Amino acid sequence: MIKDITIGQYFPGKSVIHRLDPRIKLLLTVIYIVMLFAAGNFASLGVGVAFMIISFLLSGIPIKMMLKSIKPILPIIIFTGFLNLFFISTGDILFEWKFIKITSGGVHTMVFMAARIILLICGTSLLTYTTSPITLTDAIERILSPLRIIKFPAHEIAMMMTIALRFIPTLIEETDKIMAAQKARGADMESGNLIRRAKALIPILIPLFVSAFRRAEELALAMECRCYRGGDGRTRLKQLKTEARDYIAIAITAAFLAAVIALNIILK
Amino acid sequence: MGIIRTENLTYVYGEGTPFRKVAVDNVNLDIDEGEIVGIIGRTGSGKSTLIQHFNGLLKPTSGKVFIDGEELFADRSRLKEIRFKVGLVFQYPEYQLFEETVYKDIAFGPKNMGLSEDEVDRRIKDAARLVGLKPELLDKSPFELSGGQKRRAAIAGVMAMEPKVLILDEPTAGLDPRGRDRILGMIKEYHAEKGTTVLLVSHSMEDVAKTVSKILVMNEAKVFMYSDRSSVFAKANELTSMGLTVPQVTRVFDRLRDMGIEFEDEVFSVDYAKDLVLRLLKEKGDNRVD
Repeated sequence: MIKDITIGQYFPGKSVIHRLDPRIKLLLTVIYIVMLFAAGNFASLGVGVAFMIISFLLSGIPIKMMLKSIKPILPIIIFTGFLNLFFISTGDILFEWKFIKITSGGVHTMVFMAARIILLICGTSLLTYTTSPITLTDAIERILSPLRIIKFPAHEIAMMMTIALRFIPTLIEETDKIMAAQKARGADMESGNLIRRAKALIPILIPLFVSAFRRAEELALAMECRCYRGGDGRTRLKQLKTEARDYIAIAITAAFLAAVIALNIILK
Repeated sequence: MGIIRTENLTYVYGEGTPFRKVAVDNVNLDIDEGEIVGIIGRTGSGKSTLIQHFNGLLKPTSGKVFIDGEELFADRSRLKEIRFKVGLVFQYPEYQLFEETVYKDIAFGPKNMGLSEDEVDRRIKDAARLVGLKPELLDKSPFELSGGQKRRAAIAGVMAMEPKVLILDEPTAGLDPRGRDRILGMIKEYHAEKGTTVLLVSHSMEDVAKTVSKILVMNEAKVFMYSDRSSVFAKANELTSMGLTVPQVTRVFDRLRDMGIEFEDEVFSVDYAKDLVLRLLKEKGDNRVD
């Protein structure tokens, strides 16, 4: 069902990765992404793989969950793979038939890009698997808060994200319910051509919008009843603290980044 | 063989995740045609999950479901056909209304069944009458109706499909006592008139006691018992330990019987209790002025 979609689905746990300060974790994920894009050859990409595997093992997330997060982007990987395979014409020719030409450069780029995309998804999924969405937006707010000086609405954006994230499961559940109810009335969403299928969505979308607006109104009212007036002067229930393990994590990540850069230079 | 039958029905949510939960655990049931059955149990006891199996919205993790002698999911192409035999009214059904007019919304189900226009029209009018919606309301937008009217319109949408089994999940949730009595009365009338099977899911013993003849008690994903009203309410202590209650009026009359007052019937509703008291007084009170 729709519930199986993993949009930042949090996987509760108590591992070191789970307990890292979310701000640091977010920052390290960005560094990891930089690491992947900085990697210019397979050796340095291998360092990225090692970093990924270590973090993954530390997190205690089942391999099944990880594979599940890669599944939806498989078409993209295959698509880009084919583009690279057929349109890059550097290196030795491996195979030639009429206008199709496969070169070693193409194969190399295909594998390299595929590995990079998979690593990218694994890394960012690991962040969302080990950090609850609420903590994550909290971290984003904290990271962006210095920008308030230039009138950047960090709190408002974080609040909007928090609310959006909070209501994704609710709306998914609601969609499931409405779908079940309309199916019970004989709605057919699985057969027919495109226009028929689009039309079949109306009995789901209208009730969904109605209830989304109703929820938004109720939430706004509830927030006002609790005297919510924006971010100024708000204190928080959970203070974010940076501890020894966070500094260790930074040091390790920095070491890996250095290794990637070094390998890039050495093997040039 | 009954109209609804299950064999070792089990359903597990979120298999293979930390959120794994057995919602229905090895349920064997046999519900006869024409019966009006109450399904009770606490929140999270698996009532709603169980009933969603009866029209194939959920596929059992293991076990089988038979509707009218035919196994669900044995042949996927028959699923839609079987689904029309079992009308399911969800909790807060008014949230599923979507059409421009009440008439069109009630028509959604019958139209999906591929009925002729005349037949659809007849069924809409019949269903509207059964739920007590006045004809002039049919041309209004469903969003203009009051809460109780919306709910009745939504129930009419399922009734218009004329299913062999009508299942209602908490049809009285969030209504005031008057709205509640109205819905329950309407369900009773529907059952009396059509003679089809009706399942009424609720956590309110009072609602169920007033309306149904047999009761299915769910507790922690299992069927605790399936029997007629009086034998279920005889287990008052066990029901209480499950977080359910026997109707207050039943408890009062059980106590009266313990105190030595003689009467044969079980008492489930206040109206009935009133008649009984008057009758008992009359029998006893020959020497009194009426």
